[in-house]
Amino acid sequence: MAVSVYIPSPFRRLTQNHEYVSVEGRNVAEVLAAVDQRYPGFGNLVYDRDRAIPAHINIYVNNQEIHDLSGTDTTVADGDQVAVIPALAGGAPDADRATNGHTPAGNPAALSPEEVMRYSRHIIMGQVGPTGQRKLRNAKVLIVGAGGLGSPVAIYLALAGVGTVGIVEFDTVDLSNLQRQLLHQTEDVGKTKMQSAVETLNAYNPHVTVRQHEAPITSDNAMEIIRDYDYVVNGADNFATRYLVNDACYLLGKTLVDGSILLFDGQATVFKPGQGCYRCLYPTPPPPGLVPSCAEAGVLGAITGIIGSIQATEVFKQVLDIGQPLVGRLLLVDALTMEFRTMKLRRDPECPLCGDHPTVTELIDYDQFCGSPPLVAPGATGAAHH
Amino acid sequence: MSVQVHVTSVIQKAVDGQREFAADGSTVAELIEDIERRYPGFRSQIMDGAGQLHRFVNIYLNDEDIRYLGGAETTLKDGDQVSILPALAGG
Repeated sequence: MAVSVYIPSPFRRLTQNHEYVSVEGRNVAEVLAAVDQRYPGFGNLVYDRDRAIPAHINIYVNNQEIHDLSGTDTTVADGDQVAVIPALAGGAPDADRATNGHTPAGNPAALSPEEVMRYSRHIIMGQVGPTGQRKLRNAKVLIVGAGGLGSPVAIYLALAGVGTVGIVEFDTVDLSNLQRQLLHQTEDVGKTKMQSAVETLNAYNPHVTVRQHEAPITSDNAMEIIRDYDYVVNGADNFATRYLVNDACYLLGKTLVDGSILLFDGQATVFKPGQGCYRCLYPTPPPPGLVPSCAEAGVLGAITGIIGSIQATEVFKQVLDIGQPLVGRLLLVDALTMEFRTMKLRRDPECPLCGDHPTVTELIDYDQFCGSPPLVAPGATGAAHH
Repeated sequence: MSVQVHVTSVIQKAVDGQREFAADGSTVAELIEDIERRYPGFRSQIMDGAGQLHRFVNIYLNDEDIRYLGGAETTLKDGDQVSILPALAGG
């Protein structure tokens, strides 16, 4: 069984600069042993002290990672191609080059050793790997509101190495925010939430670019702001903004990760265009005053962490295209009974936005739609994202 | 038909502070009447003056929105779970 083994550039000093080595073997372990026999020391590079393949090295048989096959017991046949790809050398793009002869789209830049270390608990998971970590780095996610929900979402996305995190927020930090809004601390009271958020996120992960949209999101700017992002997370604190963001995301074909909280309750879902939207779930907003806000009724601080973490998890799954997204399902969390239930959520054929005969084909006046006074200018109180 | 009713915090105060309770009815409409009898004032939390369910309040029979079943005439059977959920806007 002669198989061709692709040797990554950092290891080629051992193989007399050969990019490909042809050896015999029935499975990956035998192939690696054969390369080691010809070029002593190679085995020490691909195995750790416990004779396991370390997390930063991926081995591919004809483009499939052996974690997804049978590990080093994966059998090989005559003519197969085996590629050894350390994360530091660029991961899958190298593997693609080695086995397909072309470079895939996307940022081919390698992860730095610092990144590999920082994200190692993610990278060692088969669902992430160096390729997934680069997808996260290339992802652009917009978070509407840097308050109760926006805080945990922004922090977990930044920690995970999502490359671009956009934030829409124009409020200032108030002492009463600190009971739940993780981005802001005591010394931040009086600062703009944007400044506080940027400082916190940079402290957590300096690799993340935080894009600042420090103005109320309105029908005039929503399309322009959202257009540049891959995914949008809703952490708004009022119905007008929720309908606005829903409509803009649908019109732009963006997936919206929705979450909301009040008292001891939380709800979360993912709206994928064509599979139901916020208007399908709640066709019209409540008249002002009928559903209280967190400021009026209160909210358990930790429920923002539960729902925000769920939203961050759904973004992570979307970017990596893994698991079953919370699409077509409304997750309900009751912190008092600690019950998690899911309800079916359908696209409503009568929906004025995403139904069979849409009447909402561009953004409307959401303050009028919700019967609420318009959002006020920066610095004023009462209209921001808690 | 005795069914188990789940409500959220916003509605909880209209039903003596309970999160779940049993009530009777062979349809959703009858169930709401029964809850109103037990907890006067409850109906105004979820319906307008004309007896129409507010469009920001969803009622689920088990895990299905009653809008996609029979609306207020959706029939209930013993042991069903009915959830009454208003929209939340907090973030």
